[in-house]
Amino acid sequence: MATAKTYDPEALASQRRQRRNARLLRHLGLHALLIALLGIMLYPVIWMIFSALRPEQEIFGEMGFIPTNWTLENFTSGWQLYGDLTFTTFYVNSFIICALAILGNLIACSMAAYAFARLNFRLKWLLFAAMLTTIMLPIHVQLIPQYIFFLNIGWVNTILPLVVPKFLATDAFFIFLMVQFMRSLPSELEQAAVVDGASYWQRYWRIILPLTMPALATTAVFTFINTYNDFFSQLIYLTDTDAMTVPVALRLFLDPSGGQSSFGGLFAMVLVSIGPVLGFFIASQRLLTKGIATQGFK
Amino acid sequence: MSSVTLQNVTKIYGGGALKAVKDLSFEVEDGEFLVLVGPSGCGKSTALRMIAGLEEISDGGVWIGDEFVNDMHPKDRDIAMVFQSYALYPHMSVYDNIAFPLQIAKMSRQETEKRVQEAARVLELENYLKRKPGQLSGGQRQRVAMGRAIVRQPSAFLMDEPLSNLDAKLRVQMRAEIAGLQRRLGTTTIYVTHDQVEAMTMGDRVALMKDGVLQQIDSPSNIYNKPCNMFVAAFIGSPTMNMYWADLESGANDSARLIFGDNTLTVPASIVAEHKQLSRYRGKRVVLGIRPEDIADAREQTEPAPGDEIVKGKVDLVEALGSDINVHLNLNAQPAVVTSSDSLQDLHANEGDGARCIARFTAKSQVRYGDNVQLRFDAERLHLFDGETGEAIT
Repeated sequence: MATAKTYDPEALASQRRQRRNARLLRHLGLHALLIALLGIMLYPVIWMIFSALRPEQEIFGEMGFIPTNWTLENFTSGWQLYGDLTFTTFYVNSFIICALAILGNLIACSMAAYAFARLNFRLKWLLFAAMLTTIMLPIHVQLIPQYIFFLNIGWVNTILPLVVPKFLATDAFFIFLMVQFMRSLPSELEQAAVVDGASYWQRYWRIILPLTMPALATTAVFTFINTYNDFFSQLIYLTDTDAMTVPVALRLFLDPSGGQSSFGGLFAMVLVSIGPVLGFFIASQRLLTKGIATQGFK
Repeated sequence: MSSVTLQNVTKIYGGGALKAVKDLSFEVEDGEFLVLVGPSGCGKSTALRMIAGLEEISDGGVWIGDEFVNDMHPKDRDIAMVFQSYALYPHMSVYDNIAFPLQIAKMSRQETEKRVQEAARVLELENYLKRKPGQLSGGQRQRVAMGRAIVRQPSAFLMDEPLSNLDAKLRVQMRAEIAGLQRRLGTTTIYVTHDQVEAMTMGDRVALMKDGVLQQIDSPSNIYNKPCNMFVAAFIGSPTMNMYWADLESGANDSARLIFGDNTLTVPASIVAEHKQLSRYRGKRVVLGIRPEDIADAREQTEPAPGDEIVKGKVDLVEALGSDINVHLNLNAQPAVVTSSDSLQDLHANEGDGARCIARFTAKSQVRYGDNVQLRFDAERLHLFDGETGEAIT
């Protein structure tokens, strides 16, 4: 015969309450710690934002965190650097270089990646390994020979040294990224296209490239960020003020000889210069995370 | 439409280390439906891929119609292939997937539209043309893959296990649809599967392969009723054929006797006369095979047919299938094991003192676990194999 089983609802409710309170306390502690860490990391950025919004003389003169006098003057004076030279020119220069670099990397790296991922040719693995070793070659080693080469062919003080190499698939990292992505695509897709009569170009253009969209988006985003933030190469190759890009132009606010530096303008323009990177990243986030490759498969 | 001919086709991988297909020869007639069947790794898909041009042919030749196609690019072979994974382009709509081969062939827009609509009508896909493959069910995707094949109106269809990704119910439906479609279109078809039900129900002929070697190519009924060797006999049919070692001796009036364990079966003179080679085996050990449906419960039969013999067995397991009953029994006999068949090794691994036997009784049978039953073996339906080579004694 089965015995009747009982339980105490009061005791059960009290146990549940205790468990809930302990969990709440744990979460509160964790969040407080994370918010404190975030505050430490964001402090310089917030300080810069407030500095950009206060008069030049108050930036280092006032100890308070929040400005007493709010102003947008730093933005207008910063944008209008001097004479006819405004930041419009620098942004146009930066965007032209970024657009061409993205275009070059997307076309050249995807084609090189397709060859490494899908085609069979002699010395393929040796060439692939050689390409990968270039990732490990520091930029400082390449700098002087490259500069001498570009100087000899008369490309210094033009955007060509910054753009043309991108059309020759020199960014090994992006090639590697796309090779890995293309290898993960089912080979049956391409075999079906082969039987359907598609040429190498048609297979690359109509099947592989659309399916590589997430890798292409990653390449585009990182190429933009890398190129837009590339202070060093642009500083070396672009010497005329008219040809300067945003990161190089930001340097003009500071007087290295110890004269008058415009920190207000600098902070304002640094703030503005963050905008495109942030915007580009947010706009492409959907593509970055969208995995469309395996939808047609069981 | 064309015939497809293979002559001594061989595929060698790794510089001779692995022969995936060995001297494969057969001809598929114009409009015929041939099913290539065999266990995993038997080389059937490799053979199909060589016909398609996706694998290089190491030796031998392939003809499509009168054209020698060994060195011909897949696109020039005028074939269409359906893959196991369907290989639909996930970024294209159903319409574009079906139209893809026509667009590649630079067919006019009107003709492409006409053909795609016709294929969609035949396959009942008209309402799904704008969808992407990811928005379709398994069966619909399978139909899109078929659509991409038929829209080209090729000389031959090559299908590589196209139903293996579907659930059991849908598979039965699509099996009938593909077979019906092939008959309507009359296109030469080579269909690869490891499923013997597909092989038996769909094809005009079945080619059974093992370890890269063609075992038998024949009509489904001949493959089932007249298997050329023990492997074919064991592979086709579910439950599998029962096989035992038996001593063949002469009987009275030109008949023969098969002695296995403590059982004796009389092979009638008429059957002996049909098997001309049988006389050579008198006094030797042979392998006796009998299919589950050729074994009956003696209690169920009021008038035993001539030649039927009683064999005693003990019921080990009863599987009621509704329409009939599979009864697993233990016999006093020595089982003959077909080591290469996928299923048989497991079946014989845990046998006890006797040999396992599976019989298919009618649903009316009253057998229970532990019963000692008398079995009637239909002597006219016995299969006999050479004990050394495993070849059928004809």
